[in-house]
Amino acid sequence: MKNLLVVLIPLLPLLGFAVSGLFGKRLGKSATGLLASGMVLLSFLCAAALAMLHFRTGDSAIVVNLFSWIRMPGLSIPMGLLVDPLSLMMVFVVTGIGFLIHVYSIGYMHDDDGVARFFSYLNLFTFFMLVLVLADNFAVLFIGWEGVGLCSYLLIGFWFKNHAFNGAAVKAFVVNRIGDAGFLLGLFLMAMTFGSLSFAEVFSRAASFGSGAPAITLITLFLFIGASGKSAQIPLYTWLPDAMAGPTPVSALIHAATMVTAGVYLVIRSNALYALAPLTMAIIAAVGLATAIWAGLIALSQRDIKKVLAYSTVSQLGFMFLALGMGAWSTGFFHVFTHAFFKALLFLGAGSVIHALSGEQDIRRMGGLRKALPVTYATMLAGTLAIAGIPPFAGFFSKDEIFAKVFEHAPALWAIALAGAFVTSFYMFRLFFLVFHGEFRGDATAKHHLHESPKVMTAPLVVLALGALGAGFAGLPEIFGAPHWISDFLAPVTGRGESHLSHATEWMLMGASVATGLLALLFAWVRYGVKGRVPAEDASVTGVARWSLGKFFIDELYDRAIVKPLFRFSAWIHDVLDRRGLDGAVGAIAGISPWLGQQVRLLQTGNTAFYLFAMALGVFLILFVATLR
Amino acid sequence: MGPITLDHYVFLSAALFCLGVAGVLIRRNILVMFMSLEIMLNAVNLLLGSIAAFRGDAAGQVFVFFIMLVAAAEIAVGLAVMVMVYRNTGSIDLKDLSNLKW
Amino acid sequence: MMSSILFYGLSTLLFAAALLVILSRNPIHSALWLVTAFFAVAGHYVLLNAQFLAAVHVIVYAGAIMVLFLFTIMLLNLNKETEPQHSLLVKLAGLVAGGMLLVVMVGALRRSSAETASDLATVHSGTVGLVETLGKVLFRDFLLPFELSSILFLAALVGAVVLGKKELGE
Repeated sequence: MKNLLVVLIPLLPLLGFAVSGLFGKRLGKSATGLLASGMVLLSFLCAAALAMLHFRTGDSAIVVNLFSWIRMPGLSIPMGLLVDPLSLMMVFVVTGIGFLIHVYSIGYMHDDDGVARFFSYLNLFTFFMLVLVLADNFAVLFIGWEGVGLCSYLLIGFWFKNHAFNGAAVKAFVVNRIGDAGFLLGLFLMAMTFGSLSFAEVFSRAASFGSGAPAITLITLFLFIGASGKSAQIPLYTWLPDAMAGPTPVSALIHAATMVTAGVYLVIRSNALYALAPLTMAIIAAVGLATAIWAGLIALSQRDIKKVLAYSTVSQLGFMFLALGMGAWSTGFFHVFTHAFFKALLFLGAGSVIHALSGEQDIRRMGGLRKALPVTYATMLAGTLAIAGIPPFAGFFSKDEIFAKVFEHAPALWAIALAGAFVTSFYMFRLFFLVFHGEFRGDATAKHHLHESPKVMTAPLVVLALGALGAGFAGLPEIFGAPHWISDFLAPVTGRGESHLSHATEWMLMGASVATGLLALLFAWVRYGVKGRVPAEDASVTGVARWSLGKFFIDELYDRAIVKPLFRFSAWIHDVLDRRGLDGAVGAIAGISPWLGQQVRLLQTGNTAFYLFAMALGVFLILFVATLR
Repeated sequence: MGPITLDHYVFLSAALFCLGVAGVLIRRNILVMFMSLEIMLNAVNLLLGSIAAFRGDAAGQVFVFFIMLVAAAEIAVGLAVMVMVYRNTGSIDLKDLSNLKW
Repeated sequence: MMSSILFYGLSTLLFAAALLVILSRNPIHSALWLVTAFFAVAGHYVLLNAQFLAAVHVIVYAGAIMVLFLFTIMLLNLNKETEPQHSLLVKLAGLVAGGMLLVVMVGALRRSSAETASDLATVHSGTVGLVETLGKVLFRDFLLPFELSSILFLAALVGAVVLGKKELGE
């Protein structure tokens, strides 16, 4: 029964993918959407039933071995699924938020021609994501890892008639491949070192290596390269903002709530390895913090509503990695959990705004939408407060916990992180005030067209807003005396991190972060709410702001330093190695035959008498040789 | 001169055969080359017949008979071809038959 | 002794006739010398007590094949002395080639000879070449090839007719 439920969880979305992919056109738009959403809901219910049946008893993990996938001397990889607290929580996030986004998509994609394709991709993504989180060894995890990358590519390029969107899809895919290459190297090294890819065996064998062993450091570094590709960390973050080319629900589901957190999940899952590699942990913390600040600074001056959110996602992922770098596994996961709610909410809210404005994404042409879109306004406010870390919204609790852990390990980093939080709060409220307050800055037809989104879209917004409000209570700080539910639940996987901070310090930290958030809110309110300032035209931006607007010109740098030289190198290979080298060699070999023929042809004189002589001579020679013997 | 044995026939046939070969080589008239060909065939026939006679095996002579049949058929077709060649080129000179030359 | 004289006589005749076949300038002369050579071969068959072969040889070669040759010569109007000839060098080379072939052949045959002790005297008393014997062998052991040869003849007949007839509109 339990095993069946475990298998059903990923299988139902796969079924949905097959049905909506094959018969979607015949089913019609609404039926396809309902089917796809229903499959994800069923999957969610399966997970819930599993939790009811199993995890009450306190037993911590179920392993289901479907079949033996790869078997060779020294390495055998089963197609195994693992349900433990961590993967169960991830399943809840993926299917729960995934379901809401599916429902939302029914409304959002209603006028699109490719609805069936869209929902089949979404279901396929859900399937791969579930495989990723349910995997019981690194190889199966890699299947899901690559699968979600594929779906990400397909959905970014969903409107494939737009050439720039295709470019964004290819960029996402290629940048992810760089990370995946690292991941693969890590897997190979792991198989070599431990002779297994199964979580349980690898972790138990790793324990005997001791802390700081070079092999483990190398493995964890490679895995982190993979994680930084998928989770958009420096230096591989450039694909995520471009990935906003996809439909907004895709941005919400894949590029905010679930897929991009796969890297975080990978690190949490391998915490037993990372705990043995202090060097890697330091690198993770540094990269995470740098990414958090860097992306926040870029987000400060973006004009595209989705780009702001995209950079905010990159920044929040950086905070998650910062927590992981501190060894605070459950804290990192807590932020994944809350972030999934409020970032999905923000994206869907943004989608609702874009929907109301018939596709307009530039915040300079928005403003004053508060009255036209009351539900969107209220829910977006909840999301913004959550991400800014204002209590009692979810982001406050998780972010505060991260800051507490950081302060405990490295107070200097804490100060920088606090600045990051300030930036986060500022750009989010900048966005919020520019979109919803002040006067509408679009043209008259757009103003006339303004409308609140249909119920099918606002309902998920409301649910997510409740989540953004309430998710934080799953992990109350110790000082409130309530049990930290997330940390307790994950304890079998992550172990229990003890806090050594005094209560006074904790209150101080909490106060500092809340004050920071409020201060940023105030700044943004004065600048954009009261004074009503609007971002300037691109050309007139100068100084530091120009760098922020230009995303620090990292894309241009990559283009110059990597992409263009690679293109030139490929062109060189094409021209020299391929055309002249390979084709030349093949051509030369092919040319030998006609040449030889030309030479041999001369023997054919057409003179029959000569042939007869040759024949007589041949007979003579044969006889002669035969006689000599 | 001792008694005539099989060896005599063997050498006679060999000589006759080589005469035929020489004839094929030195003539340009296809008709005469055909005749030389017949001489070669006769040499072989004579050899086969004599061996059969000396060994007392009738099958060899039956083979000679078959060779004659084939030779007759060959000559019929060959001469027909020759007539065609003559009709088309106006001669039966070996040198003129070089259309297939590159 | 008598058979020896006959053998050498016939051989000389045969050799001389064959030589004249390949050396005569006029194709008609070649054809006539070829008839002579065929008769000499027939004489050899008689000497070998192969009466059936001798008869068939005369009928097929001297009768059918020679008639065909002469007809062709007549049709092609080739009774001229001015037919094209190879150069002397080529002729010499052909003769040398034939001669060399003969030398090699004789050399090859010499090694394997001298084991056949029987002579023509014993052949005369044999019944191998008689029509009765050959007929039995031919229609018992070689019946199928014999019948198949009739198909060969039919094919040759049709082929010769098709090749030799004038094309339509020619």
